[in-house]
Amino acid sequence: MTGASLADYRLLGPFRAGAMAELFELEDADGQRWLLKRPRLAFGNHPACYAGFETEQMVLARLTGPQVPRCPAQGEDEQGPWLVLERIPGTSLEELAAAAPLPSTEVARLGLLLADALHALHRQNVVHQDLTPAHVILRPEGQAALIDFGLARHGDLPDLAGAESTGPLGTPAVIAPEQVLGRRGDPRSDLYAAGAILYRLATGRYPFGTAASAWGLHRRRWFDPPPPRALNPACPPWLQEVILRCLAVRPERRYASAAQLAVDLAHPEQVVVGERGQRPRAGGLGLALRRWWAERQPEASQAVKPAGQLARAPQVLVAIDTQSHDEALAEALRLALRRLIALDPHWRVTCVGVLEPSLLTEQEESGELARGFHTAQLVALHHWARPLALPPERIRFHVLTGGDAAACIVDQARRDHADHILMGARGSSALRRFLGSVSSRVVAEAPCSVTVVRPLSGG
Amino acid sequence: MNLAILADIHANLEALTACLAHAERQGAEGYAFLGDLVGYGADPEACLAIIQRHAAAGAILVRGNHDEAALAGLGLDMNPAAREAALWTRTRLSAAERDFLAGLPYTVERDGTLFVHASAERPQDWEYVSDERAARRCLAATSASLIFAGHVHHPLLFHSLREPGREGVAAFVPQTGSAVTLTPGRRWLALAGSVGQPRDGNPAAAYLLFDTARRLLTWQRVPYDWMSAAAKIRAAGLPEVLAQRLGEGW
Repeated sequence: MTGASLADYRLLGPFRAGAMAELFELEDADGQRWLLKRPRLAFGNHPACYAGFETEQMVLARLTGPQVPRCPAQGEDEQGPWLVLERIPGTSLEELAAAAPLPSTEVARLGLLLADALHALHRQNVVHQDLTPAHVILRPEGQAALIDFGLARHGDLPDLAGAESTGPLGTPAVIAPEQVLGRRGDPRSDLYAAGAILYRLATGRYPFGTAASAWGLHRRRWFDPPPPRALNPACPPWLQEVILRCLAVRPERRYASAAQLAVDLAHPEQVVVGERGQRPRAGGLGLALRRWWAERQPEASQAVKPAGQLARAPQVLVAIDTQSHDEALAEALRLALRRLIALDPHWRVTCVGVLEPSLLTEQEESGELARGFHTAQLVALHHWARPLALPPERIRFHVLTGGDAAACIVDQARRDHADHILMGARGSSALRRFLGSVSSRVVAEAPCSVTVVRPLSGG
Repeated sequence: MNLAILADIHANLEALTACLAHAERQGAEGYAFLGDLVGYGADPEACLAIIQRHAAAGAILVRGNHDEAALAGLGLDMNPAAREAALWTRTRLSAAERDFLAGLPYTVERDGTLFVHASAERPQDWEYVSDERAARRCLAATSASLIFAGHVHHPLLFHSLREPGREGVAAFVPQTGSAVTLTPGRRWLALAGSVGQPRDGNPAAAYLLFDTARRLLTWQRVPYDWMSAAAKIRAAGLPEVLAQRLGEGW
């Protein structure tokens, strides 16, 4: 990380000059291209310029993964401080947004990539705070990468950017209402920005325009934007539901985590569409007045750290063996799930069953039988969950198809950003001796915690 | 280099050995002791023996107010328990140990980094740098870009921009184990917290690790056998309050 020298790179020339910093292109000994970033330090520049650069130095040193640019070296020389950044190839969402309104399937695909990247960032205790389409780059490998961390807030580091400014920090098109009021560090502010980006992709414009005037910024504290379907009738109700949920004025009315947004975008058919999704027009002055009044009430919610907010919003995956017909085990799993979600207010559950393809192909080619098996599994999953009486918007059901049940479960856990997998032990049946234990493989390979549940035995 | 910075040891042998063992496991290659090596605790000789060994190996050492009080003076500026402990410590020290303490400087500066027990502004006055105003005066008194201090017994990090006219100081309560990059355009004042008598509600011993090459600063907390340290304080007949506070961290 830090400590490497600029002497390891060859300067190729200027790359881009921004308002806050200048970028140059570099080449390393292996011929790989990098970017050199230097802040504008001259007198008269915005005070946040330098603090923003420092914030990037601090935050990028702590971040890992393909969702952020690599930062192999940073330091200071006679021209001032510098950073070497990965030059991420690919297309930015800004370029793709030029063709908006985009079809809803494309909005969902891009939104899912964005939500996946955002969740990976929030898991590292960082809020981006300036998530614009230009700051999201789609790598050729398929993931989204987020760039420009000048306004970012790390839950465990000093807030240098915030300390330098008294006004709102962010970009008018995407800034969240609480950020307009100077509150920083809530990961749900990024979900608001993600909602504004989805809005733009779905309708071709931003929910509150791009004006940096006081009215342009503050309007979003009390008023709703026009519903996406009013601007683009082709936008389906489920997508409007998702977008308006991200754009809720109060953070606690948005998704509790980017993982929850990702799950909805990955499975539109399971989004529970309410009044919000069908709404033909924005709420009027009465609603705005009620929000204005509510804003004046003492704060109910405490300031949160990104990691703290995520800890309250666990994503639980329950793997159910629908072939087992073991009612005691089913009940033990329900009890374990109740205990797991009891403490955390913003949990989400995905129930999965695994269908072996051999059952389908060997017997008959007809898709009808396959659908029959699939439906039977789905019915069995719903049957398992019914006694829990969980709110429908918090639970999802999926039938996975694959010969390797453990791999299917682990894969789904990864896609869902699961924090915890709950599954039953298969017991000491002949089947287990023959097939080996699915749960032990899930325990070994899962990206998260796994609880293997056994029913209490009488003896 | 990985530098372990230990402040306010206060003759607490259990805490000192726990921190040194922890630092060694974390790969510490150098050591700095920021004063108040003795006073309050019941093991001044054993602690000084360990610290002298590190001093011989090149460790950085500065003097604290309790080290000074153990040498001479009436300790009139101290609270009664501290004064009693200082007088008790005085009776325990050999001439060689007294000479060692008397030879400690108020400050040490190395490669643009200042080591001091209390404040860089008149270090001999033992001011508590516990808020932004005191931190600002401390930073203004030196050209060093980084200051390590103790005395307050709380882990804290103050920082300010270098730019003239914009040197407003901000404070940050560091998170244990979370590395902070000390960016070059800013001046930093880091309070290490206390090894031998933490006062931030957490009884675990506190010290700092500084990776000088990557300029990463990490506060560490080390649980240690405070019950033995408290029992020794009671056995020595030192004020009960000095034993009691160890288990509660106040």
